[in-house]
Amino acid sequence: MSAPAPERTFETATSAFLFGARTAATSVFMFVITVTYIGFGALCHDYGLPVVWAMFSTVLIWAGPAQVILVTALGSGSALIEGALAVGLSSVRLLPMVVALLPLVKRERSRAWQLLVPVHFMAVSVWVEAMRLAPGVPREHRIPFCNGIGTMLLATAVMATAAGYYLSAALPVLFGAAAMFITPLSFLVSTARNSRLLVEKVAFGLGLIIAPLLAYEKIQLDLLWTGVVGGSLAYGVSRMRKAAT
Amino acid sequence: MSQLLLDPYVALVLVGFLPSEIWRWIGIAVGRGLDEKSEFIVWVRAVAISLVAGVVTRIVLFPPGALASVPLSVRIAALGCGFLAFYFARRSPFAGVLVGEAVLVAGALAFGG
Repeated sequence: MSAPAPERTFETATSAFLFGARTAATSVFMFVITVTYIGFGALCHDYGLPVVWAMFSTVLIWAGPAQVILVTALGSGSALIEGALAVGLSSVRLLPMVVALLPLVKRERSRAWQLLVPVHFMAVSVWVEAMRLAPGVPREHRIPFCNGIGTMLLATAVMATAAGYYLSAALPVLFGAAAMFITPLSFLVSTARNSRLLVEKVAFGLGLIIAPLLAYEKIQLDLLWTGVVGGSLAYGVSRMRKAAT
Repeated sequence: MSQLLLDPYVALVLVGFLPSEIWRWIGIAVGRGLDEKSEFIVWVRAVAISLVAGVVTRIVLFPPGALASVPLSVRIAALGCGFLAFYFARRSPFAGVLVGEAVLVAGALAFGG
C-alpha cells in the first residue's frame, strides 16, 4: 500500500471526521456490522443477559469474535481465567493492526493518551477502511478521519445490538448462523481487496492455509503463530524477490 | 477453578474488556515511535494480514455456536462463492458478502441447518 499524495483537503478536523463517518456509512461494513450485531444482541437475549450489558459489551470490547466468546463463556459457566484467555487469544489480531496503522495516522506530537480513543475504535472493519483511505487524507486530519469511521460503525453496532436483543424471538432460525458467518466472509473479501503488494497477497494466502492446520493440530496460540509465521514467510518471499530483480 | 459467578458487569470488564483492549494498548506502546516507511512496518502489516486471514478459515472450519449447525461443505462453498463473486465483480466487497451469505442460507435450507 504505497501512499499516494493527499487528494483531499479539509477546512477543519470536524469536516475530516464527518468525511470519515460518511465513508463508513457507504461502506460494506455498515451492512456487515448491522447484521453481526443484530445477531450478537439476539445471542445476549438468548443467554439471559441484560440489554444494557449487551450494549456496553459492544462499546467496551468492540471485537465481534471476542464478544461471542465472552457470552458463551458466561453462559457455560467456564472458569474465569479460561474465559479471559480465550477472549485475549481471539483479539491478538488487534496488536499488529494497531502497530501497522499508527505510523500512518499519528502526528509528531501525538501523546500516548491521545491515541487511546482512536485506537479503541480499531476493529477489522475500521482498520480496513482506514488503511485503504487514510493515505488520501492530509496527515493532520487522519486521526479525526479514522475517528469518524469508528464512531459511525460503533454507534451503528450499539443500535443493532439493542435491535437484535428485542427482535430475538422474531428472527429466522438461520439468522444466528448467517450473522456469525458474515464476520469471516467480510474479513476475507475486504482483506483481499486491500492486499495489493506481493508481500500482502502472500501473507493473505498463507494465513488462510496455516490457521486451520495449526488449529487442527491443536497447537497453542494458533492465531498468534499464524500471523507470525505467515507474515514472516511473506516478508521473506518479497525480500528475496526484490533481491533477485 | 471458580465459576463465573461474578456480577456480569464486572465480568464484562475483567473477562471481556481488559483481555481484548490490552492488545490495543500494547499496540500504542510499540507503534507510536515507528516510522511509516520502516521495514518493520512492512513485516507487521504482513503479520496483521496473515492473522486476519487466519481468523477467516478458523471461524469457517471451527465455527462457534449457531454456525456449527450449518454443514461444513456449505460453509466452505459459501466462502468460496463469496470470494469468486468478489473477484469477478471487479473486487466489490458488497458482491462477495451478498453472494456468500445467499449461498450459506440456501445451502443450509437445502442440506439441513
